[in-house]
Amino acid sequence: MRTLKHEKKAAGALKKPAALGPDIDIGSYGRDAPVHKNIENMDELQPATLERARAVGIEGSDTCRSGSFFQSDHTVMLARSMHEGLELMDIEEAMDTHDWLDDYIWKAVRVDADKYTAEAALRPDHGYFIRALAGARVEMPLQACLYMSGEGLAQNVHNIIIAEEGSELHIITGCTTADGMRGGLHIGVSEFYIKRGARLTFTMIHNWAPDMAVRPRSVAIVEEDGLFLSTYVCMNPVRTLQLYPTAFCTGPGATVRFGSVLVAQEGTSMDVGSKAVLEAPGAKAEIVSRAITRGGEITVRGHLVGQSPGVKGHLECRGLILSDKGTINAVPLLDGKAPEIELSHEAAVGKIAEEELNYLTARGLSPEEATSAIVTGFLDIDMPELPEGLAKEMKKAVRLGDSSAL
Amino acid sequence: MLEVRGLSVRVGQRTLFSEVDLDVRLGETVALFGPNGSGKTSLLKTILGLPGFQVVSGSILFKGREITALAAHERAALGMGLAFQHPVTVRGVRLGDLLDTIIEKHGTGASAKDIARLAGLEDFLDRDLNLGFSGGEAKRSELLQLLAQDPCFVMFDEPDSGVDLGSISLVGEIINTLLQKDMRRAERRKAGMIITHAGHILDHVNADRAYVMMDGGILCSGNPLDLLEDIRTRGYKGCMQCAR
Repeated sequence: MRTLKHEKKAAGALKKPAALGPDIDIGSYGRDAPVHKNIENMDELQPATLERARAVGIEGSDTCRSGSFFQSDHTVMLARSMHEGLELMDIEEAMDTHDWLDDYIWKAVRVDADKYTAEAALRPDHGYFIRALAGARVEMPLQACLYMSGEGLAQNVHNIIIAEEGSELHIITGCTTADGMRGGLHIGVSEFYIKRGARLTFTMIHNWAPDMAVRPRSVAIVEEDGLFLSTYVCMNPVRTLQLYPTAFCTGPGATVRFGSVLVAQEGTSMDVGSKAVLEAPGAKAEIVSRAITRGGEITVRGHLVGQSPGVKGHLECRGLILSDKGTINAVPLLDGKAPEIELSHEAAVGKIAEEELNYLTARGLSPEEATSAIVTGFLDIDMPELPEGLAKEMKKAVRLGDSSAL
Repeated sequence: MLEVRGLSVRVGQRTLFSEVDLDVRLGETVALFGPNGSGKTSLLKTILGLPGFQVVSGSILFKGREITALAAHERAALGMGLAFQHPVTVRGVRLGDLLDTIIEKHGTGASAKDIARLAGLEDFLDRDLNLGFSGGEAKRSELLQLLAQDPCFVMFDEPDSGVDLGSISLVGEIINTLLQKDMRRAERRKAGMIITHAGHILDHVNADRAYVMMDGGILCSGNPLDLLEDIRTRGYKGCMQCAR
């Protein structure tokens, strides 16, 4: 998102490599995107497009959604809210509509964090603006799909999500590529503002192509008694993926939960972290990740920072190595900076225990069925605040993701 | 139903037992006694075909069929089941989901909820398999899985160890159900083998015969209560003297 005051800072960071993940030559990706027609409903999408979108949790009908957003390459094809108290639009339109949005752009995420944020600021390609008005309870999930079809293209989106005081909002975001597409670059900046007493769940499912480079940059600010529940699923091949979403719990009693489900095939490199900074008394955080390598490289990071008395945080990284070639690095980090805090972590990386397999085969499951049951169970993370329907959809996506990965 | 002939088994270079002969007939319940480390658990795991137990010689016939070369899941499909002495924890796999899988796989038509109620584990269906279960709960979870599987030949590895006295009668009841003890012996389609160290379970489940396993093989067989009484009064040392 381009505003004059940010341009200068961004320009200064255009060559600044990210702290983590392999460096990407942004200039090698194209900027000439195919233009797509606007649609009124999701069911107007091409069947092949819809099929890819479905694999990342996007429904072809609006009946069980409070709103739908669909962006293909650099074209916002659909942005429609179907719920009173819910705003959903192209971020460009939102900037024209709301003068005050200037106060939110590049406030949570630093524009000069690295070359990817700088690129997103200087060469923006839309993105979404989602806002639940104060007190609005939007129980049905809103769906947003960021789709790429242009071979070798760069897509730089900037999303702003605001859950105003006392609101409730559930978002499912699916990011994917057209069938047959090999590679491109996706930069996604997302800034989340969860106001006092608001509840926001954000479920993001990625299903990229084998030569894609992906650099999401997300920061959430969670105010007093706010809840931010972020679940991330990526189970299909992607060349390089690096993200480290961070939540700042700025108000007393603010709660954040990060969950990640990762599967890396051979040729995939993932560096996925989550960080929670507990700045106010009574703030709570939980970070849970499950990583499976089927030949790829995964680094799973978790970082809890306790800065105020009485905060609590727990970090759990578990990794399963299902191939001779794969590697998993778990990097848990706890920073205690105040008295009377409780921060803990557990991390375990290994292969499937033979005794577990034997136990299940004794019940009549074949070794393949036993492995599958253990893997499915391993990937099944509990997200207690996720609405039942959405939790089921997520579990289904995980099951489908893993079977397609196989 | 089960005929074990001249079975010798080793793990790595270590011989666990040699030349074991053993029969379990349809409708019958056989007890297996023996001191710690005598190879009782290994014998049951070998009969079920779990990996790691190398059959050096001998054969296992199940319902007249040579099964020595079959894998564990294939033997389970033929109707063998085992309640483990020390069930492993399987994180992420919920007890209820596993029961559903077992019921579907073996086509037993059981209702997971009903059999869980029978085992006093109706509140455990959403729990990870054996995670945080007490000793008694883990034993009942084993029996519950066998109720779902409904095998015709059921092996129980120390079903009474680690179970408080109040729960032993429930464990005994479920074993009796699994072995169709409410039916006349000639009408039963089941048979079972029970390892018991202290013999408490035999207060609740009648065994027809017993074997004593020690010193790398089967030492003797006979009436279970008589043998148990001998073991209680004279210890396994007495068995060795008796064998000489």
